[in-house]
Amino acid sequence: MVEIDTERCKGCGLCVEACPRKILALSTEFNKAGHHPAVLLDPDRCIYCLACARLCPDLAITISKEAETV
Amino acid sequence: MAVLFSRPQSLTDTPFRYCPGCHHGLAHRLVAEALDELNLREKAVGIASVGCSVYTNEFFNCDTQQAAHGRAPAVATAVKRARPECFVFTYQGDGDLASIGMAETIHAAARGENISIIFINNACYGMTGGQMAPTTLPEQKTTTSPLGREAAREGNPVDMMKLLDALEGPAYLSRVVLTSPGKQAAAKKSILRAFRAQMKGLGFSLVEILSACPSNWRMTPVEALHYVDEVMAKYYPPGEVRVAKEVLEG
Repeated sequence: MVEIDTERCKGCGLCVEACPRKILALSTEFNKAGHHPAVLLDPDRCIYCLACARLCPDLAITISKEAETV
Repeated sequence: MAVLFSRPQSLTDTPFRYCPGCHHGLAHRLVAEALDELNLREKAVGIASVGCSVYTNEFFNCDTQQAAHGRAPAVATAVKRARPECFVFTYQGDGDLASIGMAETIHAAARGENISIIFINNACYGMTGGQMAPTTLPEQKTTTSPLGREAAREGNPVDMMKLLDALEGPAYLSRVVLTSPGKQAAAKKSILRAFRAQMKGLGFSLVEILSACPSNWRMTPVEALHYVDEVMAKYYPPGEVRVAKEVLEG
């Protein structure tokens, strides 16, 4: 599960750039600080490579997975 | 649920106050992960510098001391000598380390002081508005080199790795980038080696991190990410410059 803390996100787009599956995008909505936060468009296509989380300068992305499938 | 990626314990929960796309956050995470992995958090003392990195005391979940501009290696020297059981690292930008703090940096390195330095090189003065720094690249435009840096007019850049490699003192010197997960893995390895050098009492260690400053480079965060790889890393090639053989032992 990819959890994006939309209030921490500053909409820099580095996760969108890093995602090999191109399943991340910036929202058209604003967060409280006025940024367009990142959103996960298609969770089922995520391969858990962690690239988005590693490129996030604001540590807004937490990734977890069901224990038995890890 | 197994957590595959989350915040390291050596960072507080405070949101970073850096600009969108700033690499400080990436560098903070890797330093904090290294502190976690080596179990250093309880005995670590971080020395914050002046510049955007002045905020580090709020973000690193360990003891920190703010130093006067450029004097972080001198403060680190004092802390390490007074409390040798502590793990002492400084976190400095290029305006701090390579300009006003050049004397402290060079002499701490020459003495082989047993401290670790994380050097964030973004080729400009970030906090004060993007003025030219000693590390500004040839032809790079800044607010004080609006026509692009030219050797005859603004002088040549300072390559800290070449400078420090001329000294006997350093046990470990490395330059890294954080632009992809693979390069971050190499960066983490360098930070761990630098920290182990201090833990083994081998002397001065420094990791230079080439870092994007999208706000002052007048670029989007993604453009700045590519600029680090395509322009900056060409002039300042990443890689280990000095590795004392004792760093790799054990």
